Amino acid sequence: MDMFKKILSAPLAAGKAVLKFIFMPEGERAKSAYVLLLIFIVAFFAAGLDFPNYWDKYAHKINDKLKVSIPNFYKLDYKLGLDLKGGAQLVYLADLSALSESEYGGAMAGLRDVIERRVNAFGIAEPNVQTAKSGSEQRLIVELAGVKDISQAIDMIGQTPYLEFKEERSASETEEITKAQKEGQRLDEDPYFQSTGLTGKYLKKAEINLDQNTYQSVVNLNFDADGAKLFEEITGRNVGKRVAIYLDWSVISAPRVNEAISGGQAVISGDFSQKEATQLVQRLNSGALPVPIKLISQKNVEASLGEIALKKSLEASFYAILIVGLFMILWYRVPGVLAVIALLVYTIFTLALFKLLGVTMTLTGIVGFILSVGMAVDANILIFARMKEEFRAGKKFDLAIREGFSRAWPSIRDSNISTLITCFVLYFFTTSLIKGFALALAVGVLVSMFTAITVTRLLLKTFATEKLGKFLWYR
Amino acid sequence: MVSIMRYRKFYYMFSGLLALASVLALVFWGLNLGIDFKGGSLLLGEFSKQAMSQEEIKEAVKDIGLGEVIIQPTGEKEVTLRFNEADESKRRQLVSALQSAAQNKDKENNFTQKSFESVGPSIGKELRSKAAKAVIIVLIFIIGYVAFAFRKVSRPLASWKYGAATLVALFHDVLLPLGLFSALGHFDKSVEISSGFIAAILTVLGYSVHDSIIVFDRVRENLIKNPGKNFEEIANISVNQTFIRSLNTSLTVILVLLAVYLFGGESIRSIALVLIAGIGVGTYSSIFIGSSLLVSWSKKLRM
Repeated sequence: MDMFKKILSAPLAAGKAVLKFIFMPEGERAKSAYVLLLIFIVAFFAAGLDFPNYWDKYAHKINDKLKVSIPNFYKLDYKLGLDLKGGAQLVYLADLSALSESEYGGAMAGLRDVIERRVNAFGIAEPNVQTAKSGSEQRLIVELAGVKDISQAIDMIGQTPYLEFKEERSASETEEITKAQKEGQRLDEDPYFQSTGLTGKYLKKAEINLDQNTYQSVVNLNFDADGAKLFEEITGRNVGKRVAIYLDWSVISAPRVNEAISGGQAVISGDFSQKEATQLVQRLNSGALPVPIKLISQKNVEASLGEIALKKSLEASFYAILIVGLFMILWYRVPGVLAVIALLVYTIFTLALFKLLGVTMTLTGIVGFILSVGMAVDANILIFARMKEEFRAGKKFDLAIREGFSRAWPSIRDSNISTLITCFVLYFFTTSLIKGFALALAVGVLVSMFTAITVTRLLLKTFATEKLGKFLWYR
Repeated sequence: MVSIMRYRKFYYMFSGLLALASVLALVFWGLNLGIDFKGGSLLLGEFSKQAMSQEEIKEAVKDIGLGEVIIQPTGEKEVTLRFNEADESKRRQLVSALQSAAQNKDKENNFTQKSFESVGPSIGKELRSKAAKAVIIVLIFIIGYVAFAFRKVSRPLASWKYGAATLVALFHDVLLPLGLFSALGHFDKSVEISSGFIAAILTVLGYSVHDSIIVFDRVRENLIKNPGKNFEEIANISVNQTFIRSLNTSLTVILVLLAVYLFGGESIRSIALVLIAGIGVGTYSSIFIGSSLLVSWSKKLRM
């Protein structure tokens, strides 16, 4: 045991010395300089995360000159919203009128799956398909960020075939409806055919075939077990009548039924070309929609427009920081310079957090960020104004600085809380567009509480010296 | 020290007039709601060479059946079209009609769609109710917060009066930008109330409270420090002490917003404008209205 102690004693002593240096440097100024150094080191790497391209560029230069090998920085992209990246947001209304309420959940999940499959097949980086309920409406929201050809994407989703088999109404019903429609009522009903419940949901497979007699392309449909049963029942009760095949709410063919058909096979012989038939088969096979949907809202932005918007808003952010920085330095002099350093640390940390938390940046989000830049220096202004008062009241230099902070704190806290309340409500009670603004502003305000207070205080503790005189200290 | 509080009546009159003008504008002109609130379509497109005139565009699209189409040139080659909610096929017809019209006139001229937005009435309705809900919830939270922040002050004014003064300032700060946008929207149809506008107004709301709280915090502190002085003097000292800081913080925020307004591009310009108006007014009211109200109330108390 003693041997162990002896061997360990030297490294333990060394460790203790290092720990003491790390955790308890001697003297106030050294301590704050030390913490400040740590913050700057973190900020340095955070800046690398923010702007990895610059990191890589300088790393290469240094590597070449000094023959070392600094690695490239880890790449994490900013998450850009539709308005900056281009893309489309499509909102569909699902028509669940044929289902009972207990089936809604399942139908919507099925719908989402089918559309997700289609969207994935389209090769978009981060498609987002989600269901949403609003009042009595069931909706499906599809977000396609970065999609190049929006029209084609809409075709892929919006014109997914909705296949339905309908049977003839009785003559009396037809008469009743046509009569009502002449008077402007029951306009959304089909006077001749009614739904049978057999839809694309029961489809197992569709195939293209050539009709032996007419040499025209036809489409063979294979139903699953339930579908086969339904089809047998429908054909059975409609012998001698017509059964219409509807695709996307229009009739493609309405053959007369000669006998009940068992085995679950049906043929669509519309008047279509080989190419059309092939397309139809592909679309049917990739999953017919379980319920019909309708596009009720869309927003789409060309990528080029998004790029311009992004460039402009980054420019605006740059000028915003520049103007605020100049103002602070001109008005508050040395404390102003320190506030600007804190502001830069603030910017670096906030941008890094946007990346790490995966905050989706939208145009309004950038406005929120820029606004928070303006608000970030607010705390500094409060503190400096207080410090000046304390100087005027004849307090000693160090004490005045300390009092400035402690007296400004309640105001800083109270005022930021009111902004955070607004952000909180905006985030939880509004739509996705405004969420970005609220989140960016809230992250900004929280980070600014840290940088404008802690970082500025450490800077003051480290660098403040009375020697610089009244003018430079804004006294 | 400048005797700011003495001219209370002047501030009341100034704000009263502006508030009255805003109310009148809102009553007679209303707000020009954007398509995200009332439903409808907005298409932004660009001609490669030269924009067609409004008449030419109207002529080109008249057979599609879009209803009334409002056409606005935005920039030299860009044009914005507003019309009722339209489905995908109508959008395609519209774009191809404009493309062929552009090329018929000048072979090298082409038209491309830059962005398109179509909002169904049910979505607009939902957004309206969500916005209303957000405004109400923010108000409730903020009233609760102000009551909490000033729970300890009771002499010579009851703490709820600070809250009430904050709220008067708050309504003032929200009403004036609304009035401004009502007037702007009346004379320029492209100034619309979008969902971003609501976010901006709610931010103004938070900022207004923030500004009032800072001044009232000072009043509270000075009341404790100077037990002998009357309320008007104390309010005056407090406003003088916070004057520079109020101006400077608003100035920094307004400077950054000005950067957004000037460099940020068309789509966020109106949000920047609401924020500039609201925060400007908010600073004015925190200096001249909120504290003046407290002084007036304290006078009434003595009589």
